[in-house]
Amino acid sequence: MGAGHGHRLHFHGHSVVHRAPAHLKVLVLLGFVLTVVATPREWYPVFGGYLVLLLGVVLLARVPLTYLLPRMVVEVPFLVFAALMPFVAEGPRVAVPLGGWEVSLSESGLLAAWGLVAKGTLGVLASLTLAATTEPADVLRGLQRLRMPDLVVQIMGFMIRYLDVVTGDLGRMVTAMRSRGVDPRSPRHWPALARTLGALFVRSYERGERVHLAMLSRGYDGKLPEGVK
Amino acid sequence: MTPVLDVQRLAFAYPDGHQALFGVDLHVHRGERVALLGPNGAGKTTLVLHLNGILSGETGHGEGSVAVSGLPVTKKNLLEIRRRVGIVFQDPDDQLFMGSVRADVAFGPANLGLKGAALDKRVDDALEQVGMADFADRPPHHLSFGQRRRVAVATVLAMEPEILVLDEPSSNLDPASRRELADILRSLDVTLLMVTHDLPYALELCPRAVVLSDGRVVADGTTYDVLTDEELMHAHRLELPWGFDPRAHGPAPDLLRDARHPR
Repeated sequence: MGAGHGHRLHFHGHSVVHRAPAHLKVLVLLGFVLTVVATPREWYPVFGGYLVLLLGVVLLARVPLTYLLPRMVVEVPFLVFAALMPFVAEGPRVAVPLGGWEVSLSESGLLAAWGLVAKGTLGVLASLTLAATTEPADVLRGLQRLRMPDLVVQIMGFMIRYLDVVTGDLGRMVTAMRSRGVDPRSPRHWPALARTLGALFVRSYERGERVHLAMLSRGYDGKLPEGVK
Repeated sequence: MTPVLDVQRLAFAYPDGHQALFGVDLHVHRGERVALLGPNGAGKTTLVLHLNGILSGETGHGEGSVAVSGLPVTKKNLLEIRRRVGIVFQDPDDQLFMGSVRADVAFGPANLGLKGAALDKRVDDALEQVGMADFADRPPHHLSFGQRRRVAVATVLAMEPEILVLDEPSSNLDPASRRELADILRSLDVTLLMVTHDLPYALELCPRAVVLSDGRVVADGTTYDVLTDEELMHAHRLELPWGFDPRAHGPAPDLLRDARHPR
């Protein structure tokens, strides 16, 4: 619990992309993602164009790719799903040589997997670029300017505020478990880990109640007062 | 003179039947600094949550009354009561929930209807009082624990309370932060009720101490007298830290003079 660490996704800088108004960036991101998703997946070269465009923005923002790439692990579950698709999908099949074996894969599955990977990767990379160039508080202000309902913005604000607190809690709980001989990587200990998550949920819930008490104690009546957002 | 805090025969049982308070009487007058001592589970937090109406006979089963500067704690008066009684909770992460220090300190006064320049001034003054003016635009979670505790005090000071109630103000602070907070608390011109297990801190800051045990007030006198009453201390699970002897220091003369309510 020290001072001064920045947000994990934010990459400090002063580029044009960093300085652009947050609501504009949110709109551009939304537009970009919608366009990518709406593009038919057979238009292969267009996706190349998107990637070049995106990399251009990243270059302009002077955020190193080595900073963004490790953070793309959030995409892994989708990639796993995509990798399964050619095996499980129906329809005409093609034989693909794979390490000396001929594997029969579904054509439509391959195409679907390609679409998922291409669109997912572009979307994740674009979102990470927004996160890397915009402080969380600015994203919130941007959303507010875009008339996002106040309650939703409030909830997101609390999420950002308490993300570090809750991950800190979890970190300390896992450290305490390791100190008593639990190896979080070993499946034998996963039940204990699951109970930790349960305990974390209860703790966070109770913290929510205490925060609410503290808010009531300062006159909270259900909506954030004007002029403090 | 009307006491700032007037608690009379306050009894309270939680909805699950657990009786936490059995007829507590407590009067605190303007300008006093009072330590509320007692072992874990004595009912200190329950009492504190009654002071601004978070708990009351309506949320559980209770009797007795609480009044702040003559205004009874009832549903109708809640907003004014919560302005008058400023509670600083133990964990600053519970108290600081906004995106920036400034927004957090402004939260209370803005709920009271302050706006614009008047609101800004309140915020700046409160942060100045706790020496955190330079941190106004930082997010709270980027501050050290001691700094967060001080901002938590500022969030309440900004409401210009008549009585400041602190729950374990020295807990988890390193010695330097603990001393800095003591300096700040001493410099404030406000009535203070401090719930604490830190007995040297109580002796240092509060001329008067009240001991709560099993939901009853069992002692009310100068902090020096309470801490040197070995029988009383032992009977209520209060222990001085090793190596600390109030007699070696003696009561601070100005503290004794301020203790207007010997037992």
